[in-house]
Amino acid sequence: MEVNILAFGIAREIMGKQNLVLEIPNQSTVKELLEIIEMQFPKLKDLASMTIAINEEYVKEEREIKAMDEIAIIPPVSGG
Amino acid sequence: MSEVTFSKDELERYSRHLIIPEFNIEGQRKLKAAKVLVVGTGGLGSPMLLYLAAAGVGTIGIIDFDVVDDSNLQRQVLYSVDDVGVPKVEAAKKRIQALNPHINIVVHETMLTSQNALDIVKDYDVVADGTDNFPTRYLVNDACVLLGKTNVYASIFRFEGQVSVFNYTDKEGNVGPNYRDLFPSPPPPGLVPSCAEGGVIGVLPGIVGSLQANEVIKVITGVGEPLSGRLFIFDALSFITRTLKIYRDEENPLNGKNPTITELIDYQQFCGIPQKSEEKNVKEITVKELANMVKNNVDFQLIDVREPYEYDIANIKGELIPLAQVEESYNKINSDKQVVVHCRSGKRSADAIELLEKKYGFKNLYNLKGGILAWADEIDNSLPKY
Repeated sequence: MEVNILAFGIAREIMGKQNLVLEIPNQSTVKELLEIIEMQFPKLKDLASMTIAINEEYVKEEREIKAMDEIAIIPPVSGG
Repeated sequence: MSEVTFSKDELERYSRHLIIPEFNIEGQRKLKAAKVLVVGTGGLGSPMLLYLAAAGVGTIGIIDFDVVDDSNLQRQVLYSVDDVGVPKVEAAKKRIQALNPHINIVVHETMLTSQNALDIVKDYDVVADGTDNFPTRYLVNDACVLLGKTNVYASIFRFEGQVSVFNYTDKEGNVGPNYRDLFPSPPPPGLVPSCAEGGVIGVLPGIVGSLQANEVIKVITGVGEPLSGRLFIFDALSFITRTLKIYRDEENPLNGKNPTITELIDYQQFCGIPQKSEEKNVKEITVKELANMVKNNVDFQLIDVREPYEYDIANIKGELIPLAQVEESYNKINSDKQVVVHCRSGKRSADAIELLEKKYGFKNLYNLKGGILAWADEIDNSLPKY
């Protein structure tokens, strides 16, 4: 199934783009999706914590992803 | 609240608030009775202080240890050219007291630390975090949670901003999420650049800091729905906004099921910032020594590991090999004569040297202490600092 990834902050810099459409196995969890993304962009692994939201709601790693979900990757930013 | 009264001048000044039905004089009284601590007087602190002062927040605390720099003026609209070199808290106080003589301003000219944070924060009702680094973000968060204060949070990076209201206790007494629910652990040092390292578009803190000021006013007055349990994200580049629902995490070490943090900790260490003794052990050279080498025509190679756009701002004629390309270009670096490696401040060049020594066995590399900034300070004043 296809999912839409929306990357913010340093994740967007690492991935080189804000939007990414990814083909992932049906019934993948957030954790499995992150593993797929991190294989493509190993530097993402260095970010100790990123907030992941599905359809504008914070989710935990075990959450299952559905087709057409919008998955936002939100790393912390510190500037002020 | 009826004991809070206003002079004729004040009533006229705040009239546009007083005639909003759901705000009215009751909201204005709450503002006047409130004590707000604005942590950091930079890009976010500037609009916050201006709007909170203008709105009539009765007591505003300002905390910062820095002085106004030329490079602040691109976004920190609180300051003008005359303030350059002046302590920020002093310039800020002067500016907002001139804007509103009816308010009380308390100045803390210090760095917020684990030692002083609880003592400073305890006197305020609401804290607004406009700091610029991860250790202080966690420090402000933890101090607020330990003291039961609301932390109105905002943070920026290049074209992006985040806003939320942390540790907010609602009318039913339920406490909302805090920073640690969202980001349990900090990124490794150096991975997520600050504004000074990564840049920021000047208007962004104006937008985001104004949203933050508005949340402070809502929290104080109880008007509207504060941004508690939600994280607002704004990307000014593509104009994408999202408002995410966020939740408390029972694993939160501060106020989850089994709290393990009961007092403030060492936040530099928590964020993995190397202590003095752990600093990179690379050979160093001062800018004065480098200037002498140039003067005496010593045969050496100068490598600049910054980015091309930085080279365009200021350079000292080094060979440009950006840090990310150092590894693939290691054969361009001499191994049989002295090589001086530099960047902006000396951090990236130390990383480059460490990599080259460990992986390729270089023994002739020297880090330029303080980088091109030190060169501009001590050797060539005509060089722009950025």
